[in-house]
Amino acid sequence: MRDTNWTALIVCTTLFVAVSALGFVASRWRRAESLDHLDEWGLGGRNFGPWITWFLLGGDLYTAYTFVAVPALVFGAGAIGFFAVPYTIVVFPMVLLLAMRLWSVSHAHGYVTPADFVRGRFGSPSLALAVAVTGIVAIMPYIALQLVGIEAVLRTMGVGGHWPIIVAFTILAAYTYQSGLRAPALIAFVKDTLIYIVVLVAVIYIPIKLGGFDEIFGAADEKFDKSPQTTDGVLLANTQTLGYSTLAFGSAAALFLYPHSITALLAARSRNTIKRNMAALPAYTLVLALLALLGYMAIEAGVTPLTGANGKPDNNTVVPLLFDQMFPDWFAGVAFAAIAIGALVPAAIMAIAAANLFSRNIWREYVHRDAKPAEEAHVSKIASLVVKAGAVAVILALEPQFSIDLQLIGGVLILQTLPPIVFGLLTRWFHPWALLCGWAAGLVSGLLMLYNTANPLTGKEHFGGAQYALSGLGFDTKMTVYTGMLALLLNIAVTLAASLVLRKAGAPREADATREHDYHVEAGDPDAKPLPGTPDELAPARR
Amino acid sequence: MRTWYFLLIIPLIGVLIPTFYNKLDPELAGIPFFYWYQMLWIPLSVAITVLVYIKTREPKRGPDDA
Repeated sequence: MRDTNWTALIVCTTLFVAVSALGFVASRWRRAESLDHLDEWGLGGRNFGPWITWFLLGGDLYTAYTFVAVPALVFGAGAIGFFAVPYTIVVFPMVLLLAMRLWSVSHAHGYVTPADFVRGRFGSPSLALAVAVTGIVAIMPYIALQLVGIEAVLRTMGVGGHWPIIVAFTILAAYTYQSGLRAPALIAFVKDTLIYIVVLVAVIYIPIKLGGFDEIFGAADEKFDKSPQTTDGVLLANTQTLGYSTLAFGSAAALFLYPHSITALLAARSRNTIKRNMAALPAYTLVLALLALLGYMAIEAGVTPLTGANGKPDNNTVVPLLFDQMFPDWFAGVAFAAIAIGALVPAAIMAIAAANLFSRNIWREYVHRDAKPAEEAHVSKIASLVVKAGAVAVILALEPQFSIDLQLIGGVLILQTLPPIVFGLLTRWFHPWALLCGWAAGLVSGLLMLYNTANPLTGKEHFGGAQYALSGLGFDTKMTVYTGMLALLLNIAVTLAASLVLRKAGAPREADATREHDYHVEAGDPDAKPLPGTPDELAPARR
Repeated sequence: MRTWYFLLIIPLIGVLIPTFYNKLDPELAGIPFFYWYQMLWIPLSVAITVLVYIKTREPKRGPDDA
């Protein structure tokens, strides 16, 4: 056990308490008449302008886990960990048009979740349920992982035991329950400001102290040369290049599909707000790139990761340890607070997103069809508590490694909702039954491939990583590919083939509740629905 | 106006083919090419997205504008 760093702990705790107070006050911020409506509790009134959206999306997409795990991967394996940079470069140009179409159609029809949209577009409750359940399953381990980020910080400060995490999450659960999406939106300002300060200081101060980037990359090169593995290094091995780009591309596509991204997108005030943000969000990518390089700085600084609960070195502690070693205690406290608070913003938004999926696409669709908006909001609030309790239970009951594995699986799973959501935004040509078949094929094949991936480094026989060797499919090569992309390719092939057959056979399908015009609606258009509104097209389908 | 959106493919080509940039030289301030090349694409992709944003800006719509 490390000695407790009291100065850092006090600074960190003070900032944490201040931010929690902010979370409770947030319910009065940009006050609505009542929070008893999903548009208010779950989407912050659908009225966030460009600045708030920038902080909210930034705080949402670049999670604490990213900030801890990406440098950890660079520390451990080198170049492959830098995939987070191309990933977060391509995501914005890739999704710009889709995000605008999704915002408009959701604005026109009052959709709160991606599954709402799929329900309206394809008229199929089962397809919407598939999308909703995939979203909830994929996001749960993601929330749990935010706790891994906090835990790494706590252990570096010499605080052991699980009680601090339980306290932190109870507070988080309480103010999310009370304030809804307004809480993370307000806290995101603090979180992002802290992160920017810490990262700027770190990437200027630490390299100077370590003698420049020549030294830093030299030390990294030396470390990887000595290691017996062939897949680590300052550059990618030739067999890794395809894996690198498919992982970047697949992760970018998955990011757009995660329910919490869509929640933050739909909370924007206008189409224009979304578009401007797609140009402004890469500022966070710069931060992420600089953070990734901290992994190499830790090598040069001679950081030794703390031993995890499983007796193996836990690389996630590398960045907190580097801060602890390099910074004066009080500033290390600020840096730790940045990471810990950074975990709360995405955790809150993820819980809200999962709760909205439950109340909209499961409760309302299958349990109580006449749920009024107030009841929906109430169910969502309760569900958000359950989700958070679940995340804490997962961390307490299981090894952290287990939630990391689950998160890996989650990324592959959420990617399988691409055809209904992304293709659905562009066309209605695909048949809903075919989309369901494709989704099932993608899920099963993805899980099988993940299960059959061994990792000789960690001695794991199954779920050893999300890189699938193409030799496993009979190709004569050592190349690996991101598993999610392989599963998605099969998913798309099945969707395409089944759609052709079903269309030829004239299989019946429900009408489209949306019109092409809806995908271009801007806030304030005369035909844009005054908000808050209840989705109209769900009403007739319910009979 | 819509053709401007095709510019958004450029950053994807720029960073998704690692074979082109998976090398050490030329270095920049001690940072290998692999790293600074990809980081260079951050401002480049912003510039491209801003250009697309300006060129496709939707005029304030009136009641007749469908």
